[in-house]
Amino acid sequence: MAKLTMTVNGRQVSGTCDDRTLLVHFIRENLGLTGTHVGCDTTQCGACVVHMDGQSVKSCSILAAQAAGSSITTIEGLASNGELHPVQAAFKTHHGLQCGFCTPGMVMTAVDMIRRHGGNLDEATVRAELEGNICRCTGYHNIVQAILAAAAETGGVRQAAE
Amino acid sequence: MYETIYHRASSVAEAANLMGTAAEGKYLSGGMTLIPTMKQRLAAPSDLVDLRHIAEMKGIAVDGRSVRIGAATTHEEVATSAALASVCPAICGLASHIGDPHVRHMGTIGGSIANNDPAADYPAAMLALDAVIVTDRREVKAEDFFTGLFETALEDGEIVTAVRFEAPAKAAYQKFPNPASRYAMTGVFVVRRADGGVRVAVTGAGSDGVFRHRDLEAALAANWSPGAVTNVKVDDSDLLSDIHASAAYRANLVKVMTKRAVAAA
Repeated sequence: MAKLTMTVNGRQVSGTCDDRTLLVHFIRENLGLTGTHVGCDTTQCGACVVHMDGQSVKSCSILAAQAAGSSITTIEGLASNGELHPVQAAFKTHHGLQCGFCTPGMVMTAVDMIRRHGGNLDEATVRAELEGNICRCTGYHNIVQAILAAAAETGGVRQAAE
Repeated sequence: MYETIYHRASSVAEAANLMGTAAEGKYLSGGMTLIPTMKQRLAAPSDLVDLRHIAEMKGIAVDGRSVRIGAATTHEEVATSAALASVCPAICGLASHIGDPHVRHMGTIGGSIANNDPAADYPAAMLALDAVIVTDRREVKAEDFFTGLFETALEDGEIVTAVRFEAPAKAAYQKFPNPASRYAMTGVFVVRRADGGVRVAVTGAGSDGVFRHRDLEAALAANWSPGAVTNVKVDDSDLLSDIHASAAYRANLVKVMTKRAVAAA
């Protein structure tokens, strides 16, 4: 058994779990944050994507013990003061979800993508960057549109600020 | 996943000591192969020794044309290194097409090399670049390091700590990804040194793992152009044949990927 401490959505948390416990299960079962999903369990679908120390990772393929001491952001950590994060708002506006199961991973992936590319994202890059996220409903078109819209909005704002 | 005991090492020496006391331990770097394999119960190490927090194994150093990449450096760090891109953009391009963004944030060059998956990209780069694999015990030329499918020259408990190579005049990597897994069905890394010497390394196709193709090297040393590949015969008798591609198909891919790589270099 491992006793772990990490920062999740800005709050320091600790818990006890098996050394073999996956980060996604620690997040869902120990912390009760069930927004992060398990889709495939074989590292392919990306429904479990969270940010670890600012970078997107597949939480189903990392042990909770590996993440000890790190700073994790989950889908629950994006909205602030009841306001959707711009990427969440763009997914809503552009109908970037249907059943919604893949959406937490898609949104976390999009936030990371925009962090790295800023307002320079184009459609080909977005589609290539979605390599590790699978959606079985929408056919990706509206997801891509939502990410491009959010990139234009938040990337443009960031560039204007610089 | 079967039970395991997790250890986090903060130095190479500590990692080696921890491994020495483990019953059937494995080193854990980014874990992008090992953890999924453990989830499928295809691997069941008694202990995991995490190498991801060892500062001396991280980072990229470029001194003139000499390159040193720490084994715990992630694919993302290699893909986006400006220093590396200025002397050997081919390896940045290779890293940028491994897995997906999330995998590239965790997976490391040392992990890929130590695992030596026959369809992995980095072994082809190491072999073509005539790289030296640095371990906690010695230095091994790539030529002697990759010994077969998932087999390397690493001894029990030995740790890959870095790779070193001289950036060549020209280099490029081209792969034909499997449409489902995106692993290389055939990948070719070509290198042309300033003195005209050429090395061609092939991954994803060989039934014994990554290999050099001497006839392609000779043809390209005589004439560095995609057309020089046309009349080279690629023997398919030692190539992989599976549901994804026959050996003959892979033999053709070796030539096509070599042509594309030479054109891109």
